[in-house]
Amino acid sequence: MTIITDATIAPPRLGKRAGASRRQWIGLLYVAPAVALVVVFFLIPLGMTAWMSLHNWPLMGEHSYIGLGNYVAILRDTRFWNALRFTAYYTVIVTIAIFVVAFPLALFVERPRPLTNLYRTMFFMPAVVGFASASLLWSWLLNVDSGLFSPAAYDLGLIDRKFNLLATFQPAFWSIIAMVVWKVAGFTMIILMAGLQSIPQDLQEAAVIDGAGPFARFRAITLPLMRRTLALALILSVAGSILAFDQFYIILRGGPRNQTLTAVYWIFNQSFVSFKLGYGAALSMVLLVVLVALSLVQLWLLRKPEGLD
Amino acid sequence: MAQAASRNRRLAARIGEHSTGIIASVLFAAPIVWAVLSAFKPAQEARQPPLPPWPTSGFSLENYATLNSFGDGLWVSAQNSIYVSVMTVVLSVIVSVLAGYGFSRFRFPFKDLFFILILSTIMIPFQSILTPIFLVLTKLGLHNTLTGLVGVYVTLQLPFSIFMMRNAFDAVPREIEEAARMDGASNLTMLLKVMLPLVWPGVVTIALFAFLGAWNEFLAALVLMTDQSKFTLPVMMTALQSGRFGAIDWGAVQAGVTVMMVPCLILFLALQRFYIRGLMAGAVK
Repeated sequence: MTIITDATIAPPRLGKRAGASRRQWIGLLYVAPAVALVVVFFLIPLGMTAWMSLHNWPLMGEHSYIGLGNYVAILRDTRFWNALRFTAYYTVIVTIAIFVVAFPLALFVERPRPLTNLYRTMFFMPAVVGFASASLLWSWLLNVDSGLFSPAAYDLGLIDRKFNLLATFQPAFWSIIAMVVWKVAGFTMIILMAGLQSIPQDLQEAAVIDGAGPFARFRAITLPLMRRTLALALILSVAGSILAFDQFYIILRGGPRNQTLTAVYWIFNQSFVSFKLGYGAALSMVLLVVLVALSLVQLWLLRKPEGLD
Repeated sequence: MAQAASRNRRLAARIGEHSTGIIASVLFAAPIVWAVLSAFKPAQEARQPPLPPWPTSGFSLENYATLNSFGDGLWVSAQNSIYVSVMTVVLSVIVSVLAGYGFSRFRFPFKDLFFILILSTIMIPFQSILTPIFLVLTKLGLHNTLTGLVGVYVTLQLPFSIFMMRNAFDAVPREIEEAARMDGASNLTMLLKVMLPLVWPGVVTIALFAFLGAWNEFLAALVLMTDQSKFTLPVMMTALQSGRFGAIDWGAVQAGVTVMMVPCLILFLALQRFYIRGLMAGAVK
Protein backbone atom coordinates (compact mmCIF):
# COMPACT_ATOMS: atom_id res chain seq x y z
CA MET A 1 0.00 0.00 0.00
CA THR A 2 1.28 3.41 -0.90
CA ILE A 3 0.48 5.21 2.28
CA ILE A 4 3.54 7.42 2.24
CA THR A 5 2.34 10.86 1.28
CA ASP A 6 4.32 13.19 -0.88
CA ALA A 7 4.99 16.07 1.46
CA THR A 8 8.31 16.68 -0.29
CA ILE A 9 6.86 17.78 -3.59
CA ALA A 10 4.73 20.63 -2.27
CA PRO A 11 4.99 23.90 -4.25
CA PRO A 12 8.61 25.09 -4.16
CA ARG A 13 7.74 28.73 -3.54
CA LEU A 14 6.24 27.78 -0.19
CA GLY A 15 7.23 30.03 2.69
CA LYS A 16 8.36 32.89 0.51
CA ARG A 17 5.01 34.56 0.91
CA ALA A 18 3.52 35.15 4.35
CA GLY A 19 0.11 33.70 3.44
CA ALA A 20 1.48 30.53 1.94
CA SER A 21 2.04 28.61 5.15
CA ARG A 22 -1.29 29.66 6.56
CA ARG A 23 -2.91 28.50 3.37
CA GLN A 24 -1.46 25.04 3.96
CA TRP A 25 -3.33 24.84 7.26
CA ILE A 26 -6.59 25.02 5.36
CA GLY A 27 -5.87 21.39 4.42
CA LEU A 28 -6.93 20.49 7.97
CA LEU A 29 -10.38 21.89 7.27
CA TYR A 30 -10.67 19.78 4.14
CA VAL A 31 -9.89 16.51 5.92
CA ALA A 32 -11.75 17.42 9.14
CA PRO A 33 -15.16 15.86 8.21
CA ALA A 34 -13.52 12.57 7.27
CA VAL A 35 -11.45 12.48 10.45
CA ALA A 36 -14.50 13.35 12.56
CA LEU A 37 -16.51 10.47 11.04
CA VAL A 38 -13.67 8.03 11.60
CA VAL A 39 -13.33 9.15 15.22
CA VAL A 40 -17.06 8.93 16.00
CA PHE A 41 -17.94 5.76 14.09
CA PHE A 42 -14.66 3.93 14.31
CA LEU A 43 -12.10 5.05 16.85
CA ILE A 44 -14.48 5.60 19.78
CA PRO A 45 -16.39 2.33 19.14
CA LEU A 46 -13.08 0.51 18.90
CA GLY A 47 -11.96 1.86 22.26
CA MET A 48 -15.37 1.10 23.73
CA THR A 49 -15.18 -2.50 22.54
CA ALA A 50 -11.97 -2.98 24.49
CA TRP A 51 -13.47 -1.20 27.53
CA MET A 52 -16.79 -3.07 27.42
CA SER A 53 -15.04 -6.42 27.11
CA LEU A 54 -13.87 -5.93 30.71
CA HIS A 55 -17.41 -5.45 31.99
CA ASN A 56 -20.58 -7.30 32.65
CA TRP A 57 -22.76 -5.09 30.45
CA PRO A 58 -26.45 -5.89 30.04
CA LEU A 59 -28.61 -3.83 27.69
CA MET A 60 -30.64 -2.42 30.57
CA GLY A 61 -29.34 -1.63 34.04
CA GLU A 62 -25.90 -0.97 35.45
CA HIS A 63 -22.72 -2.48 34.10
CA SER A 64 -19.98 -3.68 36.41
CA TYR A 65 -16.24 -4.14 36.01
CA ILE A 66 -15.23 -7.80 36.01
CA GLY A 67 -11.65 -7.62 34.73
CA LEU A 68 -10.79 -10.51 32.47
CA GLY A 69 -13.92 -12.42 33.49
CA ASN A 70 -15.38 -12.39 29.98
CA TYR A 71 -12.17 -13.71 28.50
CA VAL A 72 -12.03 -16.52 31.04
CA ALA A 73 -15.62 -17.36 30.11
CA ILE A 74 -14.64 -17.46 26.42
CA LEU A 75 -12.08 -20.17 27.17
CA ARG A 76 -14.91 -22.37 28.48
CA ASP A 77 -17.40 -21.36 25.77
CA THR A 78 -17.32 -24.52 23.66
CA ARG A 79 -20.05 -23.20 21.39
CA PHE A 80 -17.88 -20.22 20.46
CA TRP A 81 -14.94 -22.50 19.69
CA ASN A 82 -17.26 -24.67 17.62
CA ALA A 83 -18.38 -21.58 15.74
CA LEU A 84 -14.76 -20.56 15.21
CA ARG A 85 -13.87 -24.05 14.02
CA PHE A 86 -16.82 -24.10 11.64
CA THR A 87 -15.84 -20.65 10.33
CA ALA A 88 -12.30 -21.86 9.65
CA TYR A 89 -13.60 -24.98 7.92
CA TYR A 90 -16.00 -22.95 5.79
CA THR A 91 -13.26 -20.45 4.92
CA VAL A 92 -10.89 -23.15 3.68
CA ILE A 93 -13.51 -25.02 1.64
CA VAL A 94 -15.14 -21.96 0.10
CA THR A 95 -11.81 -20.37 -0.80
CA ILE A 96 -10.65 -23.53 -2.58
CA ALA A 97 -14.01 -23.81 -4.36
CA ILE A 98 -13.90 -20.17 -5.50
CA PHE A 99 -10.39 -20.56 -6.91
CA VAL A 100 -11.20 -23.83 -8.66
CA VAL A 101 -13.98 -22.03 -10.54
CA ALA A 102 -12.45 -18.54 -10.88
CA PHE A 103 -9.01 -19.48 -12.19
CA PRO A 104 -10.24 -21.34 -15.30
CA LEU A 105 -12.71 -18.51 -15.90
CA ALA A 106 -9.88 -15.97 -15.69
CA LEU A 107 -7.81 -17.95 -18.20
CA PHE A 108 -10.89 -18.17 -20.40
CA VAL A 109 -11.68 -14.43 -20.48
CA GLU A 110 -8.10 -13.17 -20.39
CA ARG A 111 -7.41 -13.20 -24.15
CA PRO A 112 -9.45 -10.78 -26.22
CA ARG A 113 -11.61 -12.53 -28.80
CA PRO A 114 -15.17 -12.02 -30.01
CA LEU A 115 -17.75 -12.04 -27.20
CA THR A 116 -15.13 -12.01 -24.42
CA ASN A 117 -16.53 -8.78 -23.00
CA LEU A 118 -20.00 -10.27 -22.93
CA TYR A 119 -18.74 -13.37 -21.10
CA ARG A 120 -16.89 -11.26 -18.54
CA THR A 121 -20.04 -9.25 -17.87
CA MET A 122 -22.19 -12.36 -17.53
CA PHE A 123 -19.79 -14.06 -15.11
CA PHE A 124 -19.47 -10.89 -13.08
CA MET A 125 -23.17 -10.03 -12.70
CA PRO A 126 -23.86 -12.01 -9.52
CA ALA A 127 -20.97 -10.16 -7.85
CA VAL A 128 -22.83 -6.82 -7.85
CA VAL A 129 -25.91 -8.35 -6.29
CA GLY A 130 -25.80 -8.14 -2.49
CA PHE A 131 -25.15 -11.14 -0.28
CA ALA A 132 -28.57 -10.66 1.30
CA SER A 133 -30.34 -10.62 -2.08
CA ALA A 134 -28.38 -13.66 -3.25
CA SER A 135 -29.19 -15.50 -0.02
CA LEU A 136 -32.91 -14.72 -0.26
CA LEU A 137 -32.91 -15.82 -3.88
CA TRP A 138 -31.16 -19.10 -3.11
CA SER A 139 -33.28 -19.77 -0.04
CA TRP A 140 -36.18 -19.93 -2.49
CA LEU A 141 -34.31 -22.04 -5.07
CA LEU A 142 -33.26 -24.45 -2.29
CA ASN A 143 -36.74 -24.72 -0.78
CA VAL A 144 -38.04 -28.26 -0.80
CA ASP A 145 -41.59 -27.55 -2.00
CA SER A 146 -41.59 -24.27 -3.89
CA GLY A 147 -37.94 -24.15 -4.94
CA LEU A 148 -36.11 -25.25 -8.05
CA PHE A 149 -33.47 -27.88 -7.32
CA SER A 150 -35.39 -30.52 -5.41
CA PRO A 151 -38.60 -30.41 -7.53
CA ALA A 152 -36.54 -30.32 -10.75
CA ALA A 153 -34.53 -33.39 -9.70
CA TYR A 154 -37.80 -35.11 -8.77
CA ASP A 155 -39.46 -34.26 -12.10
CA LEU A 156 -36.42 -35.53 -13.98
CA GLY A 157 -36.67 -38.79 -12.07
CA LEU A 158 -33.29 -38.39 -10.40
CA ILE A 159 -34.79 -38.88 -6.92
CA ASP A 160 -37.81 -40.90 -5.75
CA ARG A 161 -39.21 -38.29 -3.42
CA LYS A 162 -38.49 -34.65 -2.79
CA PHE A 163 -35.27 -34.16 -0.83
CA ASN A 164 -34.89 -31.26 1.62
CA LEU A 165 -31.42 -29.91 0.92
CA LEU A 166 -31.45 -27.74 4.05
CA ALA A 167 -32.43 -30.39 6.59
CA THR A 168 -29.05 -32.02 7.22
CA PHE A 169 -25.55 -30.61 7.53
CA GLN A 170 -23.75 -31.90 4.43
CA PRO A 171 -26.26 -30.92 1.71
CA ALA A 172 -27.00 -27.63 3.50
CA PHE A 173 -23.31 -26.76 3.78
CA TRP A 174 -22.57 -27.58 0.13
CA SER A 175 -25.63 -25.64 -0.99
CA ILE A 176 -24.17 -22.56 0.70
CA ILE A 177 -20.80 -23.22 -0.93
CA ALA A 178 -22.50 -23.43 -4.36
CA MET A 179 -24.34 -20.17 -3.74
CA VAL A 180 -21.21 -18.31 -2.59
CA VAL A 181 -19.15 -19.60 -5.52
CA TRP A 182 -21.89 -18.47 -7.90
CA LYS A 183 -21.90 -15.03 -6.29
CA VAL A 184 -18.14 -14.46 -5.79
CA ALA A 185 -16.34 -16.36 -8.60
CA GLY A 186 -16.78 -13.51 -11.13
CA PHE A 187 -15.20 -11.04 -8.72
CA THR A 188 -12.17 -13.26 -8.09
CA MET A 189 -11.98 -13.91 -11.84
CA ILE A 190 -11.56 -10.19 -12.61
CA ILE A 191 -8.75 -9.83 -10.07
CA LEU A 192 -6.94 -12.91 -11.40
CA MET A 193 -7.48 -11.70 -14.96
CA ALA A 194 -5.76 -8.41 -14.16
CA GLY A 195 -2.81 -10.39 -12.84
CA LEU A 196 -2.66 -12.57 -15.95
CA GLN A 197 -2.76 -9.55 -18.23
CA SER A 198 0.15 -7.92 -16.43
CA ILE A 199 2.48 -10.78 -17.47
CA PRO A 200 4.57 -9.59 -20.43
CA GLN A 201 3.56 -11.42 -23.60
CA ASP A 202 7.16 -11.72 -24.88
CA LEU A 203 8.08 -13.78 -21.83
CA GLN A 204 5.53 -16.42 -22.82
CA GLU A 205 6.68 -16.26 -26.44
CA ALA A 206 10.32 -16.69 -25.48
CA ALA A 207 9.36 -19.76 -23.44
CA VAL A 208 7.49 -21.21 -26.41
CA ILE A 209 10.60 -20.76 -28.57
CA ASP A 210 12.62 -22.50 -25.86
CA GLY A 211 10.24 -25.42 -26.21
CA ALA A 212 8.32 -25.10 -22.93
CA GLY A 213 4.91 -26.78 -22.98
CA PRO A 214 1.75 -25.07 -21.66
CA PHE A 215 2.01 -26.71 -18.25
CA ALA A 216 5.69 -25.83 -17.83
CA ARG A 217 4.95 -22.24 -18.89
CA PHE A 218 2.11 -22.02 -16.38
CA ARG A 219 4.34 -23.25 -13.55
CA ALA A 220 7.52 -21.35 -14.42
CA ILE A 221 6.07 -18.04 -15.63
CA THR A 222 2.40 -17.54 -14.85
CA LEU A 223 2.32 -18.66 -11.22
CA PRO A 224 5.48 -16.87 -9.96
CA LEU A 225 4.60 -13.62 -11.72
CA MET A 226 1.10 -13.71 -10.28
CA ARG A 227 2.22 -14.06 -6.69
CA ARG A 228 0.87 -10.68 -5.55
CA THR A 229 -2.38 -11.08 -7.45
CA LEU A 230 -2.93 -14.56 -6.08
CA ALA A 231 -2.17 -13.32 -2.59
CA LEU A 232 -4.66 -10.48 -2.97
CA ALA A 233 -7.44 -12.73 -4.28
CA LEU A 234 -6.69 -15.21 -1.53
CA ILE A 235 -6.79 -12.58 1.20
CA LEU A 236 -10.03 -11.01 -0.03
CA SER A 237 -11.64 -14.43 -0.05
CA VAL A 238 -10.31 -15.43 3.36
CA ALA A 239 -11.16 -12.14 5.07
CA GLY A 240 -14.64 -12.14 3.54
CA SER A 241 -15.32 -15.72 4.55
CA ILE A 242 -14.16 -15.30 8.14
CA LEU A 243 -16.76 -12.55 8.51
CA ALA A 244 -19.52 -14.58 6.82
CA PHE A 245 -22.95 -13.95 8.28
CA ASP A 246 -25.71 -13.06 5.77
CA GLN A 247 -25.95 -16.40 3.97
CA PHE A 248 -25.93 -18.52 7.16
CA TYR A 249 -28.45 -16.25 8.88
CA ILE A 250 -30.83 -15.92 5.93
CA ILE A 251 -30.71 -19.39 4.39
CA LEU A 252 -30.01 -21.64 7.39
CA ARG A 253 -30.62 -19.56 10.58
CA GLY A 254 -27.47 -21.25 11.84
CA GLY A 255 -29.10 -24.66 11.47
CA PRO A 256 -29.48 -27.54 11.05
CA ARG A 257 -29.02 -28.04 14.81
CA ASN A 258 -26.84 -24.90 15.19
CA GLN A 259 -24.12 -26.58 13.15
CA THR A 260 -23.57 -23.62 10.83
CA LEU A 261 -23.17 -20.81 13.36
CA THR A 262 -20.22 -18.69 12.25
CA ALA A 263 -18.08 -16.51 14.52
CA VAL A 264 -19.89 -13.28 13.57
CA TYR A 265 -23.23 -15.08 13.95
CA TRP A 266 -22.30 -16.18 17.49
CA ILE A 267 -21.22 -12.65 18.41
CA PHE A 268 -24.50 -11.35 16.97
CA ASN A 269 -26.46 -13.86 19.05
CA GLN A 270 -24.63 -13.04 22.28
CA SER A 271 -24.83 -9.26 21.76
CA PHE A 272 -28.21 -8.71 20.16
CA VAL A 273 -30.29 -11.75 21.03
CA SER A 274 -29.04 -12.52 24.56
CA PHE A 275 -27.99 -8.85 25.09
CA LYS A 276 -24.74 -9.80 26.82
CA LEU A 277 -22.99 -6.75 25.41
CA GLY A 278 -19.80 -7.07 27.46
CA TYR A 279 -19.37 -10.70 26.56
CA GLY A 280 -20.09 -9.92 22.90
CA ALA A 281 -17.40 -7.23 23.03
CA ALA A 282 -14.86 -9.72 24.41
CA LEU A 283 -15.73 -12.16 21.61
CA SER A 284 -15.33 -9.29 19.14
CA MET A 285 -11.86 -8.58 20.51
CA VAL A 286 -10.86 -12.19 19.81
CA LEU A 287 -12.17 -11.95 16.24
CA LEU A 288 -10.46 -8.59 15.83
CA VAL A 289 -7.08 -9.97 16.84
CA VAL A 290 -7.49 -12.80 14.32
CA LEU A 291 -8.26 -10.34 11.54
CA VAL A 292 -5.51 -7.86 12.37
CA ALA A 293 -3.04 -10.76 12.39
CA LEU A 294 -4.40 -11.69 8.99
CA SER A 295 -3.93 -8.11 7.75
CA LEU A 296 -0.29 -8.23 8.80
CA VAL A 297 0.20 -11.47 6.87
CA GLN A 298 -1.49 -9.69 3.98
CA LEU A 299 0.97 -6.79 4.02
CA TRP A 300 3.81 -9.29 4.01
CA LEU A 301 2.37 -11.34 1.14
CA LEU A 302 1.66 -8.23 -0.89
CA ARG A 303 5.13 -6.76 -0.41
CA LYS A 304 6.74 -5.54 -3.62
CA PRO A 305 9.09 -8.05 -5.27
CA GLU A 306 12.62 -7.55 -3.98
CA GLY A 307 14.76 -5.10 -5.88
CA LEU A 308 11.67 -3.46 -7.37
CA ASP A 309 9.97 -0.57 -5.74
CA MET B 1 -5.71 -30.91 -47.61
CA ALA B 2 -3.57 -30.00 -44.63
CA GLN B 3 -4.84 -26.45 -44.79
CA ALA B 4 -8.46 -27.57 -44.73
CA ALA B 5 -7.76 -29.88 -41.81
CA SER B 6 -6.17 -27.10 -39.81
CA ARG B 7 -9.05 -24.76 -40.66
CA ASN B 8 -11.48 -27.41 -39.44
CA ARG B 9 -9.52 -27.83 -36.25
CA ARG B 10 -9.57 -24.09 -35.62
CA LEU B 11 -13.29 -24.00 -36.25
CA ALA B 12 -13.83 -26.90 -33.84
CA ALA B 13 -11.72 -25.15 -31.21
CA ARG B 14 -13.72 -21.97 -31.64
CA ILE B 15 -17.04 -23.79 -31.38
CA GLY B 16 -15.76 -25.53 -28.25
CA GLU B 17 -14.69 -22.24 -26.67
CA HIS B 18 -17.93 -20.47 -27.38
CA SER B 19 -20.13 -23.32 -26.20
CA THR B 20 -18.15 -23.30 -22.93
CA GLY B 21 -18.64 -19.55 -22.70
CA ILE B 22 -22.34 -19.71 -23.44
CA ILE B 23 -23.03 -22.58 -21.02
CA ALA B 24 -21.09 -20.83 -18.23
CA SER B 25 -22.89 -17.54 -18.96
CA VAL B 26 -26.26 -19.27 -18.73
CA LEU B 27 -25.30 -20.87 -15.41
CA PHE B 28 -24.29 -17.51 -13.92
CA ALA B 29 -27.32 -15.65 -15.23
CA ALA B 30 -29.90 -18.38 -14.56
CA PRO B 31 -30.72 -17.74 -10.87
CA ILE B 32 -31.21 -14.01 -11.54
CA VAL B 33 -33.35 -14.58 -14.63
CA TRP B 34 -35.33 -17.28 -12.81
CA ALA B 35 -36.28 -14.95 -9.97
CA VAL B 36 -37.11 -11.97 -12.19
CA LEU B 37 -39.37 -14.05 -14.47
CA SER B 38 -41.06 -16.00 -11.67
CA ALA B 39 -41.97 -12.79 -9.88
CA PHE B 40 -44.43 -12.05 -12.69
CA LYS B 41 -46.50 -15.18 -12.05
CA PRO B 42 -49.88 -14.96 -10.34
CA ALA B 43 -49.61 -15.76 -6.62
CA GLN B 44 -51.18 -19.21 -7.01
CA GLU B 45 -48.62 -20.23 -9.63
CA ALA B 46 -45.67 -18.63 -7.80
CA ARG B 47 -46.13 -21.08 -4.94
CA GLN B 48 -45.43 -24.01 -7.28
CA PRO B 49 -41.89 -25.00 -8.27
CA PRO B 50 -40.66 -22.61 -10.98
CA LEU B 51 -40.79 -25.05 -13.90
CA PRO B 52 -40.78 -23.39 -16.37
CA PRO B 53 -39.51 -20.09 -14.88
CA TRP B 54 -41.81 -17.87 -16.97
CA PRO B 55 -45.51 -17.36 -16.12
CA THR B 56 -47.73 -19.93 -17.85
CA SER B 57 -51.12 -18.76 -16.60
CA GLY B 58 -50.77 -15.11 -17.53
CA PHE B 59 -48.58 -12.18 -16.61
CA SER B 60 -49.36 -10.61 -13.24
CA LEU B 61 -48.09 -8.03 -10.75
CA GLU B 62 -49.94 -9.70 -7.89
CA ASN B 63 -46.71 -10.62 -6.07
CA TYR B 64 -45.59 -7.00 -5.94
CA ALA B 65 -48.99 -5.99 -4.60
CA THR B 66 -48.87 -8.73 -1.92
CA LEU B 67 -45.38 -7.64 -0.97
CA ASN B 68 -46.66 -4.14 -0.35
CA SER B 69 -49.22 -5.48 2.13
CA PHE B 70 -46.73 -7.12 4.53
CA GLY B 71 -45.83 -5.13 7.63
CA ASP B 72 -45.23 -1.54 6.62
CA GLY B 73 -45.03 -2.58 3.00
CA LEU B 74 -42.53 -2.85 0.24
CA TRP B 75 -42.76 0.81 -0.65
CA VAL B 76 -41.73 2.02 2.83
CA SER B 77 -38.68 -0.25 2.87
CA ALA B 78 -37.80 0.67 -0.70
CA GLN B 79 -37.99 4.36 0.23
CA ASN B 80 -35.77 3.71 3.26
CA SER B 81 -33.25 1.88 1.09
CA ILE B 82 -33.28 4.63 -1.53
CA TYR B 83 -32.88 7.34 1.10
CA VAL B 84 -30.02 5.56 2.86
CA SER B 85 -28.21 4.73 -0.40
CA VAL B 86 -28.57 8.18 -1.96
CA MET B 87 -27.52 9.95 1.24
CA THR B 88 -24.54 7.61 1.55
CA VAL B 89 -23.53 8.42 -2.02
CA VAL B 90 -23.90 12.19 -1.56
CA LEU B 91 -22.14 12.39 1.79
CA SER B 92 -19.32 10.00 1.00
CA VAL B 93 -18.63 11.86 -2.25
CA ILE B 94 -18.55 15.24 -0.49
CA VAL B 95 -16.41 14.03 2.41
CA SER B 96 -14.02 12.06 0.20
CA VAL B 97 -13.56 14.76 -2.42
CA LEU B 98 -12.73 17.31 0.29
CA ALA B 99 -10.41 14.92 2.09
CA GLY B 100 -8.77 13.68 -1.11
CA TYR B 101 -8.08 17.28 -2.13
CA GLY B 102 -6.76 18.13 1.32
CA PHE B 103 -4.44 15.13 1.43
CA SER B 104 -3.22 15.70 -2.11
CA ARG B 105 -2.56 19.43 -2.10
CA PHE B 106 -1.83 20.71 1.40
CA ARG B 107 0.79 20.29 4.09
CA PHE B 108 -0.53 20.42 7.63
CA PRO B 109 0.21 18.91 11.04
CA PHE B 110 -0.68 15.21 11.51
CA LYS B 111 -1.37 14.80 7.79
CA ASP B 112 0.32 11.41 7.51
CA LEU B 113 -1.16 10.27 10.81
CA PHE B 114 -4.70 11.11 9.70
CA PHE B 115 -4.22 9.45 6.33
CA ILE B 116 -2.90 6.24 7.87
CA LEU B 117 -5.68 6.33 10.48
CA ILE B 118 -8.36 6.48 7.77
CA LEU B 119 -6.79 3.76 5.63
CA SER B 120 -6.14 1.45 8.57
CA THR B 121 -9.86 1.25 9.37
CA ILE B 122 -10.04 -1.23 6.51
CA MET B 123 -8.11 -3.72 8.65
CA ILE B 124 -10.70 -3.79 11.42
CA PRO B 125 -14.03 -5.35 10.48
CA PHE B 126 -17.01 -3.19 11.45
CA GLN B 127 -18.80 -6.39 12.49
CA SER B 128 -16.61 -6.43 15.59
CA ILE B 129 -17.51 -2.89 16.72
CA LEU B 130 -21.26 -2.94 16.04
CA THR B 131 -22.32 -3.02 19.71
CA PRO B 132 -20.51 0.21 20.64
CA ILE B 133 -21.70 1.83 17.39
CA PHE B 134 -25.21 1.02 18.60
CA LEU B 135 -24.44 2.73 21.94
CA VAL B 136 -22.77 5.75 20.28
CA LEU B 137 -25.81 6.26 18.06
CA THR B 138 -28.05 6.09 21.13
CA LYS B 139 -25.91 8.75 22.85
CA LEU B 140 -26.13 10.98 19.78
CA GLY B 141 -29.91 10.57 19.66
CA LEU B 142 -29.56 8.79 16.32
CA HIS B 143 -30.68 5.43 17.65
CA ASN B 144 -33.00 3.69 15.19
CA THR B 145 -32.73 6.47 12.62
CA LEU B 146 -31.81 6.19 8.96
CA THR B 147 -29.44 9.14 9.44
CA GLY B 148 -27.42 7.11 11.95
CA LEU B 149 -27.21 4.23 9.49
CA VAL B 150 -26.00 6.64 6.81
CA GLY B 151 -23.23 7.83 9.13
CA VAL B 152 -22.04 4.26 9.61
CA TYR B 153 -22.18 3.49 5.87
CA VAL B 154 -20.30 6.66 4.92
CA THR B 155 -17.54 5.80 7.38
CA LEU B 156 -17.30 2.30 5.91
CA GLN B 157 -16.72 3.82 2.45
CA LEU B 158 -14.03 6.30 3.52
CA PRO B 159 -10.83 4.21 3.32
CA PHE B 160 -11.53 3.17 -0.27
CA SER B 161 -13.00 6.42 -1.52
CA ILE B 162 -10.46 8.76 0.10
CA PHE B 163 -7.62 6.61 -1.24
CA MET B 164 -9.23 6.78 -4.69
CA MET B 165 -9.75 10.57 -4.57
CA ARG B 166 -6.27 11.31 -3.20
CA ASN B 167 -4.77 9.41 -6.14
CA ALA B 168 -7.12 11.13 -8.58
CA PHE B 169 -6.06 14.59 -7.34
CA ASP B 170 -2.40 13.54 -7.34
CA ALA B 171 -2.71 12.77 -11.03
CA VAL B 172 -3.81 16.33 -11.87
CA PRO B 173 -0.79 18.47 -12.90
CA ARG B 174 -0.06 21.34 -10.55
CA GLU B 175 0.36 23.78 -13.44
CA ILE B 176 -3.40 23.80 -13.91
CA GLU B 177 -3.92 25.11 -10.39
CA GLU B 178 -1.10 27.63 -10.68
CA ALA B 179 -2.80 29.08 -13.76
CA ALA B 180 -6.17 29.27 -12.03
CA ARG B 181 -4.59 30.83 -8.96
CA MET B 182 -3.06 33.54 -11.17
CA ASP B 183 -6.59 34.33 -12.28
CA GLY B 184 -7.46 34.86 -8.61
CA ALA B 185 -9.54 31.75 -7.94
CA SER B 186 -9.99 30.86 -4.26
CA ASN B 187 -9.34 27.36 -2.93
CA LEU B 188 -12.95 26.25 -2.97
CA THR B 189 -13.76 27.76 -6.38
CA MET B 190 -10.69 26.05 -7.74
CA LEU B 191 -11.76 22.72 -6.32
CA LEU B 192 -15.30 22.96 -7.69
CA LYS B 193 -14.67 24.69 -11.03
CA VAL B 194 -11.23 23.51 -12.05
CA MET B 195 -10.42 20.28 -10.25
CA LEU B 196 -13.76 18.50 -10.01
CA PRO B 197 -14.25 18.03 -13.77
CA LEU B 198 -10.74 16.57 -13.96
CA VAL B 199 -11.33 13.97 -11.24
CA TRP B 200 -14.91 13.23 -12.31
CA PRO B 201 -14.27 9.55 -13.30
CA GLY B 202 -12.99 8.94 -9.76
CA VAL B 203 -16.12 10.56 -8.32
CA VAL B 204 -18.37 8.29 -10.40
CA THR B 205 -16.42 5.25 -9.22
CA ILE B 206 -16.69 6.06 -5.52
CA ALA B 207 -20.37 7.00 -5.91
CA LEU B 208 -21.08 3.63 -7.53
CA PHE B 209 -19.29 1.71 -4.78
CA ALA B 210 -21.03 3.76 -2.09
CA PHE B 211 -24.44 3.04 -3.60
CA LEU B 212 -23.88 -0.70 -3.94
CA GLY B 213 -22.38 -0.88 -0.45
CA ALA B 214 -25.28 0.91 1.21
CA TRP B 215 -28.02 -0.73 -0.87
CA ASN B 216 -26.77 -4.25 -0.16
CA GLU B 217 -25.59 -3.96 3.46
CA PHE B 218 -27.45 -6.27 5.82
CA LEU B 219 -25.91 -6.86 9.27
CA ALA B 220 -25.63 -3.23 10.44
CA ALA B 221 -29.15 -2.47 9.20
CA LEU B 222 -30.44 -5.59 10.96
CA VAL B 223 -28.83 -4.61 14.26
CA LEU B 224 -29.34 -0.83 14.22
CA MET B 225 -32.87 -0.57 12.78
CA THR B 226 -35.26 -2.05 15.33
CA ASP B 227 -38.45 -0.38 14.19
CA GLN B 228 -40.29 -1.91 11.22
CA SER B 229 -40.92 1.48 9.65
CA LYS B 230 -37.13 1.94 9.43
CA PHE B 231 -36.31 -1.41 7.82
CA THR B 232 -34.29 -1.33 4.63
CA LEU B 233 -35.12 -3.83 1.88
CA PRO B 234 -32.74 -6.63 2.95
CA VAL B 235 -33.99 -6.50 6.57
CA MET B 236 -37.64 -6.32 5.58
CA MET B 237 -37.29 -9.17 3.07
CA THR B 238 -35.49 -11.35 5.61
CA ALA B 239 -38.27 -10.74 8.12
CA LEU B 240 -40.79 -11.79 5.49
CA GLN B 241 -38.77 -14.84 4.43
CA SER B 242 -38.40 -15.96 8.05
CA GLY B 243 -42.18 -16.17 8.32
CA ARG B 244 -42.51 -13.19 10.65
CA PHE B 245 -45.65 -12.07 8.80
CA GLY B 246 -47.23 -15.55 8.69
CA ALA B 247 -46.74 -18.31 6.13
CA ILE B 248 -43.89 -17.61 3.74
CA ASP B 249 -45.13 -16.25 0.42
CA TRP B 250 -42.44 -17.27 -2.06
CA GLY B 251 -44.01 -15.17 -4.79
CA ALA B 252 -43.46 -12.11 -2.62
CA VAL B 253 -39.88 -13.22 -1.97
CA GLN B 254 -39.24 -13.42 -5.73
CA ALA B 255 -40.70 -9.96 -6.21
CA GLY B 256 -38.66 -8.52 -3.33
CA VAL B 257 -35.43 -10.10 -4.54
CA THR B 258 -36.08 -8.63 -7.99
CA VAL B 259 -36.54 -5.16 -6.53
CA MET B 260 -33.27 -5.58 -4.60
CA MET B 261 -31.23 -6.88 -7.56
CA VAL B 262 -32.39 -4.82 -10.52
CA PRO B 263 -30.99 -1.39 -9.47
CA CYS B 264 -27.56 -2.96 -8.83
CA LEU B 265 -27.54 -4.71 -12.19
CA ILE B 266 -28.66 -1.62 -14.13
CA LEU B 267 -26.06 0.59 -12.45
CA PHE B 268 -23.36 -1.99 -13.04
CA LEU B 269 -24.21 -2.49 -16.71
CA ALA B 270 -24.38 1.28 -17.28
CA LEU B 271 -21.20 2.13 -15.38
CA GLN B 272 -19.22 -1.07 -15.87
CA ARG B 273 -15.92 0.57 -16.76
CA PHE B 274 -16.01 2.74 -13.62
CA TYR B 275 -16.67 -0.34 -11.53
CA ILE B 276 -13.76 -2.29 -13.03
CA ARG B 277 -11.53 0.80 -12.66
CA GLY B 278 -12.33 0.95 -8.96
CA LEU B 279 -11.71 -2.74 -8.54
CA MET B 280 -8.33 -2.41 -10.25
CA ALA B 281 -7.40 0.66 -8.21
CA GLY B 282 -8.22 -1.30 -5.08
CA ALA B 283 -6.34 -4.31 -6.38
CA VAL B 284 -3.08 -2.59 -7.26
CA LYS B 285 -2.74 -0.52 -4.12
